[in-house]
Amino acid sequence: MADKPVKKMEETFGGYILHNVPFPAELNEAALSALKEMGPILIEQPYSVTYLHSFGQDSPFFAGLANGHLLANRDSDSGYTYATPRGHDMYSGQETEWIEIPAEGTVHAFTVCHFGSEEFLPECPFVLAQISFPGVDTLFLSRLIGVDPDQASLDWIGMKVKGRFRRLSKFKPTDVYFYPV
Amino acid sequence: MRSVYVVSGGVSKFAKARPDKTFQAIVKEAYDYALADLGLVHPRFLEVVDGSVASYFSDHFSRQLMAAIMVQDYLGLCPKPGHRVEGGGATGGICFQEAWKAVASGYMDVCLAYGFETMSHVATWKGNEFIALASDVSFDYPVGGFYSGYYAMMVTRHMKEFGTMPEQMAHVSVKNHMNAYHNPYAQKRQRLTIQDVRDAPMVAWPLTRLDICVMSDGAAATILCSEEGLRKLETAGAQIPRPLVKVSGIGRGTDAMRMADRPHQSYEDFLRYNLLPSEDTAETRAYYKELWDKGFRYPGVHSFRAGRMGSKEAYKNAGIHDPLNELDFVELHDAYTSSEIQTYEDMGLCRYGEGGAFAAGGKAFMPGIDYGLDLPDEPSCPVNPSGGLIACGHPVGATGLMQAVFALWQVQQSIGKHFEDPALQVTDARRGAIHSHAGTGTYVTVSILEREEL
Repeated sequence: MADKPVKKMEETFGGYILHNVPFPAELNEAALSALKEMGPILIEQPYSVTYLHSFGQDSPFFAGLANGHLLANRDSDSGYTYATPRGHDMYSGQETEWIEIPAEGTVHAFTVCHFGSEEFLPECPFVLAQISFPGVDTLFLSRLIGVDPDQASLDWIGMKVKGRFRRLSKFKPTDVYFYPV
Repeated sequence: MRSVYVVSGGVSKFAKARPDKTFQAIVKEAYDYALADLGLVHPRFLEVVDGSVASYFSDHFSRQLMAAIMVQDYLGLCPKPGHRVEGGGATGGICFQEAWKAVASGYMDVCLAYGFETMSHVATWKGNEFIALASDVSFDYPVGGFYSGYYAMMVTRHMKEFGTMPEQMAHVSVKNHMNAYHNPYAQKRQRLTIQDVRDAPMVAWPLTRLDICVMSDGAAATILCSEEGLRKLETAGAQIPRPLVKVSGIGRGTDAMRMADRPHQSYEDFLRYNLLPSEDTAETRAYYKELWDKGFRYPGVHSFRAGRMGSKEAYKNAGIHDPLNELDFVELHDAYTSSEIQTYEDMGLCRYGEGGAFAAGGKAFMPGIDYGLDLPDEPSCPVNPSGGLIACGHPVGATGLMQAVFALWQVQQSIGKHFEDPALQVTDARRGAIHSHAGTGTYVTVSILEREEL
């Protein structure tokens, strides 16, 4: 399925700095009235901020990944288990317990991102997958590697995968990622 | 609860970018249109309007906190009561329902609902990043936050569970772009083929650029009132067409922010909590039992429980038992062709698993429009006769209100007047549903607009 050739250059910000715009030499009645026909002035306004984000009660999960362990949360009474950490169970309202689960699961759903948010554009194409684990009730969103992004196939769903932990942790959920067994 | 009527509405031109005006002035376009359609000017409306509800989704896009009060101020509505609501993609639908509540509860007799979004202020891929911040920033966003990617994951599961095909999804794109051909408010008015949709650049497999709505600048406004409000408006000089258009029911559902956390319920729990009355037949129970026997679980990542619960509540309140046959049209949140298919199922236009075939069957198409497709079924309940989000655009805070305005015009039989083209008027449209949807299915609102029988 070949993409059509792109016939349009991408619109980007940046360019020369402009220090003045055309304006009537004399502000008579006609010139003042004609101001309503003036095009809009568009200016760039950079905005950057660094947040100090806390993982709060989910922090042990990231500490686990950094040390090569995949943790999950479990309701101690019902046994309902969350692959993505959750401090309180959605059914009982009780605080959940930490358990370790093997980083071995199955692809439940996936996509190949050929585009992405600005932050992830340089990584395209990449594969997102929801991973399911035996005996665990909820899924975990992760990256799937070791498959050809140009050969996406529904056969990937149900595929057995194993987790690998980054040696140099970034304290992101991608400190664990999955590959076909 | 008191009866609530929708009496007027306006929609600004939706465009990729509207640098010609600030957001306040874009809302003013929609507001002035709504007033003009009643034959009112602002000073007369101001005498009778009790307050407002405002909607816009993202503070990031405008980089302006409290933008809603700046609209209230610009429209000249101060010092009347007002507040802003926010609920992702459903922000506009929530706004409509909050205005309904203000009137239904007796707090206001006349309430203005307005909404907007100006998404052109950042580059497209930065805009995608902002939207992706509406996913869990600890667990979803850092993995590759991208809404098209999230929806693509949901549809791969839908395809695996039910055999749904990308070509069926492409039918939705062809339909909605073609409908928009007759809607002057729409951002994209295109005649497409299934092949065009599939050949468009791949964004997130299997969704191509033509399976996905675009970002927009735009605004919409609508006026709701009680019976007392009708009298007040008419005393102020408003010409309100009869028969009236009433909001006969609203419903809203929610689900877990992270789709990974959505339950995988048993058949028994589905029957207990999620089955629509229209599905409660021996045949459909057997159909669902067979799905569960094959491993189907609900809602999983392929279905929107929030959409189902919102529909169920709205249908109950409006006395709808057979949505496909009792709704004359639906304006639903088709941010993706795949989500339109998922939503057919949530809203009970077909059963879970039948959305793909329903999309390609023809029941959701408009009669009298040549789509260039061979459709086996006759149109029965046109879905997104306006062109939906895919073709009209999706200026988030305005979208749900745009649907309300288009639905009002359908039930008023005034599409021809407002679109200057009668092609999209659903013949004798008596009752329609609007459906507004957030996140990966986190908040969903469904509201029913219907003609008051004399």
